[in-house]
Amino acid sequence: MSIKKTSLFGTATTAVLAVTLTACGGGSGGTGASGGSYDKDATVNIGSLYEPQNLDNTAGGGQGVTEALNGNVYEGLFRLTDDGKIEKLLAQDYKVSGDGLTYTFTLRDGVKFHSGKTLTSEDVKYSLEKVLAEDSQSARKSNLEVVKDIATPDARTVKVTLSQKSISFVYNLSYVWIINSEAKNLKTTEDGTGPYELNKWTRGSALSLDRFSGYWGDAAANKQVVFHYYKDATALNNALLTNAVDVVTSEQSPDALDQFKNNQNYKVNDGNSTTKLLLAFNDRAKPFTDVKVRQAVSSAIDDKKLLESVWGGYGKLIGSMVPPTDPWYEDLTGVNAYDVARAKKLLKEAGYEDGFTFTLDTPNYDPHPTAATFIKSQLAKVGITVKINTITADEWYTKVYKNRDFTATLQEHVNDRDLVWYGNPDFYWGYDNKQVTKWVEQAEQASSTAEQTELLKKVNRKTAEDAASDWLYLYPQIVVANSKLSGYPLNGLNSQFFAYDIKKEG
Amino acid sequence: MAPYLLRRFAFLLVSLVLASVVLFVLLRMLPGDPANALTSVGASPEQIAAARHSIGSDRPLPEQFTHWIGQLATGDLGTSFVSSLPVGPEVGSRLNVTVPLTLAAFLLAVLIAVPAGFVAAYKRHTWYGALLSGASQLGIAVPVFWLGMILVAVFALNAGWLPAGGFPPDGWDQPGEAVRSLVLPVVTIALVMSASLIRYVRSATLDVLGSDYLRTARALGSSFGRAMWRHGLRNASVPVVSVLGIELASTLLGAVVVESVYALPGLGSMLATGIAQHDYPVIQGVLFVSTLAVLLIGFAADLVQRIIDPRLRGRLSGGAP
Repeated sequence: MSIKKTSLFGTATTAVLAVTLTACGGGSGGTGASGGSYDKDATVNIGSLYEPQNLDNTAGGGQGVTEALNGNVYEGLFRLTDDGKIEKLLAQDYKVSGDGLTYTFTLRDGVKFHSGKTLTSEDVKYSLEKVLAEDSQSARKSNLEVVKDIATPDARTVKVTLSQKSISFVYNLSYVWIINSEAKNLKTTEDGTGPYELNKWTRGSALSLDRFSGYWGDAAANKQVVFHYYKDATALNNALLTNAVDVVTSEQSPDALDQFKNNQNYKVNDGNSTTKLLLAFNDRAKPFTDVKVRQAVSSAIDDKKLLESVWGGYGKLIGSMVPPTDPWYEDLTGVNAYDVARAKKLLKEAGYEDGFTFTLDTPNYDPHPTAATFIKSQLAKVGITVKINTITADEWYTKVYKNRDFTATLQEHVNDRDLVWYGNPDFYWGYDNKQVTKWVEQAEQASSTAEQTELLKKVNRKTAEDAASDWLYLYPQIVVANSKLSGYPLNGLNSQFFAYDIKKEG
Repeated sequence: MAPYLLRRFAFLLVSLVLASVVLFVLLRMLPGDPANALTSVGASPEQIAAARHSIGSDRPLPEQFTHWIGQLATGDLGTSFVSSLPVGPEVGSRLNVTVPLTLAAFLLAVLIAVPAGFVAAYKRHTWYGALLSGASQLGIAVPVFWLGMILVAVFALNAGWLPAGGFPPDGWDQPGEAVRSLVLPVVTIALVMSASLIRYVRSATLDVLGSDYLRTARALGSSFGRAMWRHGLRNASVPVVSVLGIELASTLLGAVVVESVYALPGLGSMLATGIAQHDYPVIQGVLFVSTLAVLLIGFAADLVQRIIDPRLRGRLSGGAP
């Protein structure tokens, strides 16, 4: 019960952080094994803890609207595949000018909105402008502000001019829903081009999608999907146990997994997430201004033991901000690894032989309090005293994020490709390294992804060596499903949950 | 009766206005800023100011208050900060779950508690009288969510007779499924509610059993059953009705736990979400509607008491004589 209430609160913040702390994100349906014979007209019941606030992702729809509608109801010019690659979707082709500033997109022919209207370049222009609008709450708004001009020379051509080079532009476009420019009431209805159209949304309860008969691509492998929303993880698991739902998009209570693991009627899938648990130092505040102190603290904490105690056998260790699904991933778990002797030595060198005391601002929802207690006991062994200050998500936002009034804090950072925040000296953790800032800028201006990757790898290594933060572990992404189901996404990166390949045995 | 009704109605209106002032002020004293929920983490101060302006939280409190009261007067509960959808229709759809849930649970609780409380008092020296009394004491100590989890484990997970939670997406258009999904929640609330009601019925019955008028009636030749029916029941029911009113009201507000355990889209879960998101219009809307319901229930309980007991008729409001 208490787990539920906290996660309810946690969810609200996570959604907010999810949307912004990233430069990008994504993942498309990495699909499970394909079943032999399946029911083409099945209804797939999906259980989730993340109900949309409304159905508009530029008006604060939250994490839930991405989960239910991204790729299912709305499509972008591009889509991100499960291994993080970009795939053309509504864009049939595109060309980039020599200076990297002009992108010319040719739209796929014969694409129809659910209302019946044919997709034109005007709709693409409208959709991009909607994301960039003054009142837009889109998470991609700041990334797309490089857009200077959008022209529509003909019905199937869109020409976008940028104010400066942006290697992530196409990637960011995968988050822009293409919406019928004439559509109204987008908070409660929809008009997209995806394989499903909205049937009904009962707030507080369920959202159902029906297969769209006029879809331009391969029809969905099931006739209907219904997202059922729960506030309580136990209630959600019970729904799976009683077959009220067929699959749970993201399992948040590891304690509950045993009842599924030892039952052949269910399959527990351990996918890759992009959510990292951080012990974020305030790099502007003493004593964490000293790189040796940060390295010492990182070395004094046994991340493996922490992960084990929070998630059992699930999740992964990371040595930096970069999860394995990011293109610039390198295994850096050996940097500032657990080594108490080294921690003591570094503390001595930094002049803190007798340790010191600091306050750890800890969000009051799982897993932060558990992690805080663990860190406190670990650091006590090297003479550092931790005062745990429990705060609400809202206080975290005001005190830590906005006012930077903290020494160290715990926070989950959910998005992929969010390493680039270390290039922003104004970010809440205050990591300020001119070289890193320059690398991040150069990476965004890069002419090729290879060049971008190379630069960001440097950033990755440098921030890891500097112990800019302590990256405790990478969360697991656990999808639990009925064994009759196949084809569901395993990674669900950035909360996406593509439903069109899900097959249900008849 | 007419002047009483007028006065009682005026009393209700004044209470409602006072309650809405308290509600409004208390909410604004909570720490945190609803604009945080509206803007993304990278938001600039200008964006946050714009968000505040768009929801009106930058205006002076008295102005916000009169605006809200003005809306209420036209039956408009306002627009959610977070979803930017109107609050009224959603409250309405949530009431479709919460009202049947509360009323059915209440009815079931009365059906259990009245006979059980009577037996617990009348047969208090027998083993089953003592058992009932003990069981009700134990029942008071049982937390609602725990009982809910036990019932789900037994009747939904093991036996598979009833759904473990949820409400059909089409609501009462699927009457069979809607009723099935409410069975366990109703039983959960009713059991917990009847535990405390049994205590009240028992003590009211004990008072009556030891009363002079009952002994006199028996002395005059009335059978026990007849004496209880004519004199006992009427006297015992006055305090019980006032407790019933309070119980009904607290169930309406306390449904949040049960709705969470059973994943029901009711008023309680709407309130919980609203509070987590600092969504003032939602919180105000839900609490205003519940306050109204509680006041009306109190009104009804008073009326029933006056019908039962003529001695109360000089008083404006009251519990037991």
